Amino acid sequence: MTATADVATVLKEKFPQITGRESLDWPAFNVPGDQAPAVLQCLRDECAFDLLVDVTAVDWGVGQSPRFTVVWHLLSTTRHTYVRVAAACADDAKPSMPSVTGLWPGANWHERETYDMFGIVFTGHPDLRRILMWEGYPYFPLRKEFPLAGLDTSLPDPEVADETGARVKPAPYMGGPFVAAPGGPMDEAEPRAKDQSWTERQEKPS
Amino acid sequence: MVSPNTELAYDSKIEGDVIVSRLDAVINWIRTNSMWPMPMGLACCAIELMAVAAARFDIARFGAEVMRFSPRQSDCMIVAGTVTYKMAPQVRRLYDQMPAPKWVIAMGACASTGGMYRSYAVLQGVDRILPVDVYVSGCPPRPEALLDALIKLQAKVRREPAAKRLFRT
Repeated sequence: MTATADVATVLKEKFPQITGRESLDWPAFNVPGDQAPAVLQCLRDECAFDLLVDVTAVDWGVGQSPRFTVVWHLLSTTRHTYVRVAAACADDAKPSMPSVTGLWPGANWHERETYDMFGIVFTGHPDLRRILMWEGYPYFPLRKEFPLAGLDTSLPDPEVADETGARVKPAPYMGGPFVAAPGGPMDEAEPRAKDQSWTERQEKPS
Repeated sequence: MVSPNTELAYDSKIEGDVIVSRLDAVINWIRTNSMWPMPMGLACCAIELMAVAAARFDIARFGAEVMRFSPRQSDCMIVAGTVTYKMAPQVRRLYDQMPAPKWVIAMGACASTGGMYRSYAVLQGVDRILPVDVYVSGCPPRPEALLDALIKLQAKVRREPAAKRLFRT
């Protein structure tokens, strides 16, 4: 069994395009998107990283290229070390990434969540539906262009929406976000609204 | 007339068997003291709701211990927890399936206003889709607060012109 430091050697030998990735804790690697499943399989089968801890993504911002990066976190349950693998999506407008549900069935819901929040399509996923938001929700909430307050849209059920007249409405933080001031007495350090000049009913002065 | 009532005065034979009252009072007495809740437990408030039903706080003292998981058998929906937009239509449908008369208690900050979840995913108060009778503050509310809400709801029901509504055509 190879030691932690050897993960880089093993990977670089098999996949010369892999580069190291800045990391404060565990080894991390940047991988070309199309090679990601092969790299992850190599880590699982040859380096004993047998548990997929998390699949998530990063949105680097509107106009950035590459805009979306998918990140996998692996754990070795025998050696108790982690490794992080990141792959940039080639297409910024319609990001996609090969699915790893074939390697770890547990990737299924992680990939659904990443699709739900970022709109990254995992090709080869057996059932890529939204998992947190409802079917038909028009936005991807963790993308950078999506405001914290949300966007106006209709309720999931048109019948109930008609009956109640309720809609999905933006919920802006009135005066928020609420920030704690460090130091000082505790009653002053409590989280407070920074800007109380506007409310839900009274427009924010521009 | 089949049997003319000739005894208009006090009849000692039926004393103790007859109570004279207003129909409103009788109907409301029945309604307030057997208000079966529909536990709409959606988040951590539901844990507190269970505590209310359990021995220490014992909602049975107020006649509301029969938690009905079928909306068709319940009178009072207790919305206990965060109502997300995804869940909101189901909450409304369950409410629609409850037979009238029916009441709603919004338990806790989330059900009343959205609470700390000022977010794209959370309905900012269940009163946007349901007519709420009693709001309970707290995150989560103490069990006593929910008992107080139930007592307040009972007081509200006692004031209702029940008979008028019952026989309205």
